[in-house]
Amino acid sequence: MPIYSKEIIKHFKNPKNVGKIKKPSGRGEAGNILCGDIMTLYLKIEKNEKGEKIIKDVKFETLGCVVAIANTSLLTTMVKGKKLEDALKIKKEDLIKRLGQPLPPFKIHCSLLAVDALKEAIYDYYLKNKLEIPEDLEKGHQRITKTKEELEKRYKGFQAFEKEILK
Amino acid sequence: MKKIYLDYAATTPIDPRVTKAMLPYFSEKFGNTMSLHSFGQEAKQALEESREVVANLMKAKLNEIIFTSSATESNNLALKGIAFANENKGRHIVISSIEHPCIIESAKWLEKQGFEITRLKVDKYGLVEPDDVRKAIRKETILVSIMHANNEIGTIEPIEEIGKICKEKGVYFHTDAAQSFGKILIDVNKMNIDLLTTSSHKMYGPKGAAALFIREGTKIEPLIHGGGHESGLRSSTVNVAAIVGFAEAARICQREMKIESERLTKLRNKLIKGVLQKIKGSHLNGPPASAMPKALRAGPPASAMPKALRAGPPASAMPKALRAGPPASAMPKALRAGPPASAMPKALRAGPPASAMPKALRAGHPKKRLPNNINFSFPGIEGESLVMQLDLLGIAASTGSACSSEKLEPSHVLLAIGLKPEQAHGSLRLSLGRWTKEKDVDYVLEVLPKVVKRLREISPFKR
Repeated sequence: MPIYSKEIIKHFKNPKNVGKIKKPSGRGEAGNILCGDIMTLYLKIEKNEKGEKIIKDVKFETLGCVVAIANTSLLTTMVKGKKLEDALKIKKEDLIKRLGQPLPPFKIHCSLLAVDALKEAIYDYYLKNKLEIPEDLEKGHQRITKTKEELEKRYKGFQAFEKEILK
Repeated sequence: MKKIYLDYAATTPIDPRVTKAMLPYFSEKFGNTMSLHSFGQEAKQALEESREVVANLMKAKLNEIIFTSSATESNNLALKGIAFANENKGRHIVISSIEHPCIIESAKWLEKQGFEITRLKVDKYGLVEPDDVRKAIRKETILVSIMHANNEIGTIEPIEEIGKICKEKGVYFHTDAAQSFGKILIDVNKMNIDLLTTSSHKMYGPKGAAALFIREGTKIEPLIHGGGHESGLRSSTVNVAAIVGFAEAARICQREMKIESERLTKLRNKLIKGVLQKIKGSHLNGPPASAMPKALRAGPPASAMPKALRAGPPASAMPKALRAGPPASAMPKALRAGPPASAMPKALRAGPPASAMPKALRAGHPKKRLPNNINFSFPGIEGESLVMQLDLLGIAASTGSACSSEKLEPSHVLLAIGLKPEQAHGSLRLSLGRWTKEKDVDYVLEVLPKVVKRLREISPFKR
C-alpha cells in the first residue's frame, strides 16, 4: 500500500482553492512548529435569501507537508457553498474519514491543523461582526491561541529570515 | 514515466556484475563456511577471497576485516565492543554531533550503562575541528568515533588529522565510512584508523553485508556469541553470497573510483550551480562544491588498469529504471584512459574552475564534499511536499524535514550546522550515482525550479 491514499495525492497534486481573498469575512491562521506547517484560511460569508449564513468562497495558503496541503484543500471543498453552522460542526475525524485511508499516527496533527485554521477564520468572522461566540468555538480559540503563543517563542524570526533570504 | 533515482546515499541498486558474481553462491556453492567437506571449503575460500578484496580497498590486512550484516551492526560492535573491552582503562567516548543515528543511539545507550559521552560540535559546513578532538581527550578516554563522510550533507571530515591525534594520545579511533568507502580513497594506516565501518549496499553491492576493520591488537569484545565465526567477533552462519557480492562491488569501485568520482563531481557541480542560479533563495547545505577531494587525485591513472576491467556493465543487464543513458563504458575514451587528474587538460578536470563559480560556492572549505552529495534548503516550502512532488514527476530524492520522520524532528545534522528548524524543513538531498547521466541533471534543473515555484505559490510565504 502506498503511504498516501489516492484522495490525498489528488488534492496534493492539484490543490483546490489556493490563494487569498481580499477583504475576507474571516481569516484564520494555524501553525505547528513540530511539523513546520503553517496555514492561512480565508472565508467570504454572505447571507442567502432565507437569511442563513453561507460560505460563498474559501481560499487557503499552506506551507507544509503532503497531508497538510491535501487536508486544507479537501476541507475547503467540504465547506464551500455550505451553511456556516454546518462548517462549524466539522471535526478532524470527518476529514480523516474522507481521506479514505488511516493516516500514520504522527500525521494526524496535520489534519487538526486545517480544521483549526477554519475555526479560527469563523471565530474572526464572529468577532468582526460582534456576534455571540458559541462556547465550543471560544474554547477552541483559546486552545489554539495558547499553543500558538508557545510556538511563537520557538519560531521567532521566521518571517524576518524569509524576508532576508528571499529579497 | 521516466524515473530518475537520485537517492544513492540511501541505497544503491546492485550492479549487474555483482549479481552475476553472487548467483552461484545461492545454489551450487551454498556451503557453510564452517563445514569440513568440499562444499564448506568452497564457501570458506570465497569468504577469504572476499575478505582480501575488501581489505585491499582500505590497505588493511586480511585478518583485520570482520564481516557483519550492516553498517549499523559494525558501528554497534565498534562502540559497544570497545567500550566493554576497555572499561578498566576508562569510560569516556568522544563522538561528533552529526554521526549516523546508529552511532548516536549506541552512544546514548552506553551513557545509560555509565559511560560518559562527549559530542563534538561542527562548523557551518559540518566539519569537526581536530583541535576540539585533542581537547576532548582525557585520561579516561577510550575511543574517538568520527564519521569519514556525512550521509546528509556530504562533508568529508579531517580524519587523517584526527587519527594522528588519537594515535599520539593512545586512544582508539573509529570512523564510520559507510558513505565514503568505495567513493574516495581510504588508507587505514596513513589515516591512523583503528576501526572502520563500511557497507555493501551503499556501493552497488547487496544489502545484508558490511564489514568492520579492526586493527590487529585492538581490544574488543564481541556482541554476538555462538560458533565463533569471524575470529570469534561475530558468530552467525556466514552470508557468503552477500559477502561475495560486497567484494565484487568493492573490486568494481576500486577500478572505477577515479573516473567515476570525476564524472560525478562534474555532474554534481553542474546541478548545484544550476539550482543556485535558477531558484531564488536556495542555499547549499554542507561544504561548497569544488574540485574532487584531494585524496582522489593521488589515485592510480585509469590507463594502468587492465582493459578488461574497464568495461562497464551491458545496458541490458541494468535495472530498468536506471537503464536510460549510456553505460559507463560509453564514456568518452579520453576520460577512461586519462592520466591522473592533476595532469589532465583543464577542460577535463572536474567542475568549473573556482574563479568561474558563483561566489557562494567559492567560500569556505574546498574539496571537503563527497563527489555525489548535494543538499539544498529552499525557504518557504516543506521538504516532504517537495520530495513527493518530485516523485510524481519521476525524481527520487530525500529530505531532512521533520514531516518525513516519525519523530517529527528536523535532521540533527542540519540543526548541528546551524540551520533553523524552518530551514531544515525545506531541505532536499540529491545523491548521484553510477547510473546518473547528464541528461538526468538537466531534467532536474528543468523540473525542480517549477516545483519549488508551485509550492511557494501554495505557501503563505511566497514572494
